Amino acid sequence: MNRQISALALVALVLLSALVVATTYWQAWAAPSLAAKQDNAIQRVAQFRIKRGLIYASDGKTLLAKNRAVKRAGQTLYFRTYPTHGFASQTIGYSTQGRARAGLERSENAYLTASNANLGTIFDKLTDNLKGTTVTGNNLVLNLRVGVQKMAETALAGKCGAAVMLNPKTGAVYVMASSPTYDPNKIESNKGYASILRSPSACPGSTSALLNRATQGLYPPGSTFKTVTAAAALDSNVYTPDSRFDDPGYCMEYGQKVSNAGNPEAPETFGNVDFLQAYQHSINSVFCNIGKRLGAKRVIDKAKDFGFYEQPPIELPSSMVEASGEFNFRKHELFDDPGLMDPGRLAFGQDKLLVTPLQMALVAAAVANGGTIMEPHLVKKVTAPGSSKTVMKTKPKVWKHAMKPQTAAELNTGMQAVITGGTATGVQIPGIKWAGKTGTAETGDGHYYDAWFIFFAPADNPQVAGAVVVEHSLNGFGGAVAAPIAKQLVQAILPSPSK
Amino acid sequence: MGARPLTLGRRNRELLYLAAVGVLTGFGFASVYIARQSLVSWGSLGYAVFFFALYLAAHVVARFATPEADPYLLPMAGLLTAIGVTEIYRLGPDDAFKQGLWIVIGVGLFALALLWLRRDYRELENYKYLFGLAAIALLFLPRVPGLGETVNGARLWVHVGPVQFQPGEFAKIFLIVFLAAYLREKREVLAQGRLKDMGPLLLIWGGCMLVLVSSNDLGSALLYYGIFLSMLYVATARLSYVAAGVVLFAIGGVGAYREIPHVRERITIWLHPWTTEKVFCPTTGTKTLRQDCQSYQLVKSLYSIANGGFGGAGLGKGTFTTADGKPLIPYVSSDFIYSALAQELGLIGAAALLLVFMLFVARGMKIALQADDGFSKLLAAGLTFGFAAQTFIIVGGVVRLIPLTGITLPFVSYGGSSVVANFLLLAGLLLVSQRANVKG
Repeated sequence: MNRQISALALVALVLLSALVVATTYWQAWAAPSLAAKQDNAIQRVAQFRIKRGLIYASDGKTLLAKNRAVKRAGQTLYFRTYPTHGFASQTIGYSTQGRARAGLERSENAYLTASNANLGTIFDKLTDNLKGTTVTGNNLVLNLRVGVQKMAETALAGKCGAAVMLNPKTGAVYVMASSPTYDPNKIESNKGYASILRSPSACPGSTSALLNRATQGLYPPGSTFKTVTAAAALDSNVYTPDSRFDDPGYCMEYGQKVSNAGNPEAPETFGNVDFLQAYQHSINSVFCNIGKRLGAKRVIDKAKDFGFYEQPPIELPSSMVEASGEFNFRKHELFDDPGLMDPGRLAFGQDKLLVTPLQMALVAAAVANGGTIMEPHLVKKVTAPGSSKTVMKTKPKVWKHAMKPQTAAELNTGMQAVITGGTATGVQIPGIKWAGKTGTAETGDGHYYDAWFIFFAPADNPQVAGAVVVEHSLNGFGGAVAAPIAKQLVQAILPSPSK
Repeated sequence: MGARPLTLGRRNRELLYLAAVGVLTGFGFASVYIARQSLVSWGSLGYAVFFFALYLAAHVVARFATPEADPYLLPMAGLLTAIGVTEIYRLGPDDAFKQGLWIVIGVGLFALALLWLRRDYRELENYKYLFGLAAIALLFLPRVPGLGETVNGARLWVHVGPVQFQPGEFAKIFLIVFLAAYLREKREVLAQGRLKDMGPLLLIWGGCMLVLVSSNDLGSALLYYGIFLSMLYVATARLSYVAAGVVLFAIGGVGAYREIPHVRERITIWLHPWTTEKVFCPTTGTKTLRQDCQSYQLVKSLYSIANGGFGGAGLGKGTFTTADGKPLIPYVSSDFIYSALAQELGLIGAAALLLVFMLFVARGMKIALQADDGFSKLLAAGLTFGFAAQTFIIVGGVVRLIPLTGITLPFVSYGGSSVVANFLLLAGLLLVSQRANVKG
């Protein structure tokens, strides 16, 4: 019988070895895909056993997100609280049990849970695990400035819109505000979540407070886009700042009159102007003709130089950052075929253009920074828990070369003229030379406009650049509605000129 | 004697291994204690000392009754029960206390069996039909009105006062004893293929299968079938019997799949645990994703295993409850103890655990090889293969190698009958080993 017993022993051992193989499969090969499954509650719970990293504003002191420890069933779980009760809520996002994560809480999850691939972090996490102590995530220090961010949120309160302000030389984002906003502490409860979803009536269309209008809001840029058209015109050498134009008050597009801003029956006319004057006074008819002469392709190619048709490389989840460009409303997607565009209307920022405030802030930043756009960054640095040891420090990085330095210098002059004697004379700041461009985009709804202002300051040595948009405001001209908010922000962030 | 002073005798080696297991148990409990209470308590050491004392008693009995028996089996059983109790304690301290009591009872019966049968266990051969009938009676017990109880869709339990047990676990041992005795007697004629001699065999076996299928206990049916075929092969050396058995099983399987909804459901869960579209859920009567309904247990168990990764979450640090404290895997300490261990100990720990099972099987088979009479060989081979097959069926189900059927992981799972029955199995192997080593 011994032969049979040996055979049986072999069968038994092969069967048991198969169990080792199968276990290896689940624990090594299949583990990542199982961890990513929606209904994998272990992963969700495991996340709560990690003490997430703290999130600080740029001062390194103001806490934006911290943890609340809860003892449950013999284990300590950590839940998020947001002590500021709504500060750049859409940008910072939330981390909850029921509704997963959003904003930086999602995109920076690896750092916040110490599961990033940094060697020091891996070592700390390993020793934490071995010692049986709680794994603590890395802390984020953001570029967001407490005072100015709050000021932007207060200025936008009760309206719908967004404000972005960043350093054109480094890409550090100082302000990213979106209104309406919400208190992230309320996300977890069903009642709180419902109250956030219930829209305030200030803005038609997409009303959700969860939307980060600064990066997800898509608006017609109106005349702010003339900056891009002007860059295309000057870079291509088809025009110079001294090119002259006659403004009859309208331009002929496909046999129809396209009038300047104001009453279409008696449009404002400026007569004989040069290129920069046309920009300064935002003359649609002139830009319409410039667009027709350049052709849609040259304008849209220049827009791509500015980063249109791409998601700006900011540290937010990619689903929360939109690319800007000509938009096909039926297919709900961007298109870049110049043959399908109206070059005249494109040139002054109407046609089917839709842009994000972040993208327009980067347009202003390009002019401010000699034509070079830096990558926008919300995170200043990542530090190890319980110490000031820096795990990662964001370094300034070039994103786009949008135009020639010469062109940028000429547009700088043009944007200064907008404030000194153009469409935004009301927002001059004593002692500070700054530059801007208004936009008053038709929304297709009577006298309601999306009011824009893009800007940088100080004009001769730009420290900040940005964009402010106020949605759907009645008779809301960019110079009157959006520019004053920008002025407030610039005054708050720049050192007072008297000193 | 003086020529080999450093060689330890079998029982002394056993004692040494038991001491190592005792130390390991102490570390295991300390680890769970630290994870739960963030402190080292003497209580953890108390558990280890208690366990060590218990196995010391078993060792003393073995020293007296079976001095020359295999020295590895008892420490391995000790290790497996210690791992089991540690994990059960980690999952629910109340269950661990009960499991501890059952282990005491198991060790007690183990000692009694050794003492009672130490002269010649082969007397059991004379009562083979009694064992066969007892096996069937035990299997029928849960069907008796007033005694039986249905748990988790299968009617396997018997309730006597406060005590609840699964007679099927003991029926397995009795069946192996019967088969060993019957096959020893009839092996020559069976090998020639005389159908007449197959009669009682098929009768007993058919009766078992009928009871099992009708009580929805598919895991045990598969186990008994495997034991039956393997012992038939060892006795007759005819692979054609095994082939015929496999074909019969395949036909039966297809028939069961067609006719028995419970079987069909198990197979469907095995093949497609995840659905992307909502399917009908019989328990709620609504349409849901299958992973939220029928395959909930399996899928949650797979998540648990996968979460262990290479090194595991650490003993006491795995996740078995939601953030609200609700359990994630139903029956985690009985049917799914392996997925709990795999999460906490990781691939290293799970592979080590399976290695202990493999070593146990290897030792058991070695005993079968060393034994010099047919009954002993068949008994040891049957008991060992039963042990291996049971491990394969439950762990294979948990890791989705085969359809999942709820049976216990020997020595490790929570469940009194299982622990006690496996101690009887251990006693059987030690008795055979003692006889083989004394003669040899």
